[in-house]
Amino acid sequence: MLSYLLRRLAGSLPVLLAVSIFVFGFVHALPGDPARLQAGPEASPAEIEAIRADMGLDGPIWSQYLRWAGHTVQGQLGVSTKTRQPVAQVIGERFWPTMWLTLVSMVWSTVLGVGLGVFSALRRGSAADQASMVVAISGVSFPSFWLGLLLIDLFSVQLGWLPTGGYGTWQHYVMPSFTLGIGVAAVMARFTRSAFVEVAREDFVRTARMKGLSRSVVAWKHTLRNALIPVITLTGLQFGFLLGGAIVVETVFSWPGLGRLLVDSVSFRDYPVIQAEIMLFSVEFLLINLGVDLLYAAANPEIRLS
Amino acid sequence: MSDTIRTPFGEFWRRFKRQRVALVAGGLIVLVILAAIAAPLIAPYAPAEPDYNSILEGPSAAHFLGTDAYGRDVLSRIIWGAQVSLTVGFLSVALGLLVGVALGLVSGFLGGWVDSILMRLMDVLLAFPGIVLAIGVVAVLGPGIDNVIYAIAVFSVPVFARLVRGSALALKQSLYVQAARTIGVRAPALMLRHILPGCLPAVIVYASLRLGTSILTAASLSFIGLGARPPSPEWGAMLADGRSYLGVADHLTLFPGIAIFLVVLAFNLLGDGLRDALDQKLRT
Repeated sequence: MLSYLLRRLAGSLPVLLAVSIFVFGFVHALPGDPARLQAGPEASPAEIEAIRADMGLDGPIWSQYLRWAGHTVQGQLGVSTKTRQPVAQVIGERFWPTMWLTLVSMVWSTVLGVGLGVFSALRRGSAADQASMVVAISGVSFPSFWLGLLLIDLFSVQLGWLPTGGYGTWQHYVMPSFTLGIGVAAVMARFTRSAFVEVAREDFVRTARMKGLSRSVVAWKHTLRNALIPVITLTGLQFGFLLGGAIVVETVFSWPGLGRLLVDSVSFRDYPVIQAEIMLFSVEFLLINLGVDLLYAAANPEIRLS
Repeated sequence: MSDTIRTPFGEFWRRFKRQRVALVAGGLIVLVILAAIAAPLIAPYAPAEPDYNSILEGPSAAHFLGTDAYGRDVLSRIIWGAQVSLTVGFLSVALGLLVGVALGLVSGFLGGWVDSILMRLMDVLLAFPGIVLAIGVVAVLGPGIDNVIYAIAVFSVPVFARLVRGSALALKQSLYVQAARTIGVRAPALMLRHILPGCLPAVIVYASLRLGTSILTAASLSFIGLGARPPSPEWGAMLADGRSYLGVADHLTLFPGIAIFLVVLAFNLLGDGLRDALDQKLRT
């Protein structure tokens, strides 16, 4: 297991390196001169040059990259053009609201999705199965921002039960987390159903039934455990999807997270923040996929031994 | 079993027409496309024509879906908006498909270092959640609907490239491709005439599913203010407008949302139906 972990870690390093070059190059393709933007409209050419040196934007491109990468690894991410605060601080304030929203959404949507998938698979072909699969494919097609607006209209504007947006109490989580998670629950349900149906056709399931085990023991202990292996992989992918989805959902519910920060930063061309955020998103995404691969290897000996 | 010989398309159609739901979805898509093309003829009002005597009106006989804050007819804007959403969807998927299929074909066929480099590049693109990549591209190119097309195309490329590479790897070893190679068919012809057609069923299925995703992403980008700009009747931008009138004029939020939902749902159902029809064909 340890050698597998090391191999996978070594495998993600080149991707991380390429991602960092990509993010670095991409911000340099942004229109406008970031030093001039940072300096403000009344700065003299000398001041602009001083700020350029300060931001590490002088010298040949490769030395700029090395300096940037060195600073990034040490957590020195520069200063926000908009608020003049250190980027690490700006992002630090927004990190946990997004993480909590994503985690809460992930947990309930996985439980509901897997549950619904098994429910459908056990009643394959019944009206209940077809109904829940119609719900599932609709959930995938539902624009999350529209769902958010409809929920706000019903529960905040009409009924006054929940706050329209913001962050703080558990009431603030209800609508954003539902909006964010419903698509994932739908994908999970569809995927679990088909994985379950596939495993249920295997010989060992038939053997388990033949030796007299009850239907529920066969379903939960034999079939589900094997059907969950591919579901683990999907969970990782969906986590990335949630991180992306949070951008839109945070905008709808004025959630003080990384997603809304990214949208605001793009509008303000706050390029040190954009750079740090895109890097952070992709590092999170890579780490999640790494974690998922490890879980997968733990569940499936064929992978870690090959 | 009958002995009738069917063309590949005939065989596909025989299986596809049993997929009732997908047929209905396909029909809806054709209707929306026709409506988008015929927008100047069928939309009752001009999409940007203000009428300050009838602002924020609910659905009525004069305005079936009501009017917005400038008195513009919501139905007409939704019909014109179909042009925007479908154009963005089709162009971005076509662009992502062309580039992705070409890369995947070359990667799978040539193998070796070309394959390694191309696939690592795709890994890098896949290392960003899709919408983050799209927002990054929009940040570089600037907001606007044309840039949204490129942004969405960029994150479709790796999906198609991986898909086609997988099929190309398998088909390269197949007997008929080996046979073609033996009689001296050159590499470009092998790729385009022998391997590519074998990859197409999977590409078609994914293209339909991607169309739904792309239209949804474009609407999301417009909604958060990075896509189509306010006068445009793009559906996501209309929802962003309607947001200010929640509880006052709910029809502004309701109808553009229904339009997005139905079109995306139709593409997803069509994709599912195509997969079932084409998969069975692949299995036999």
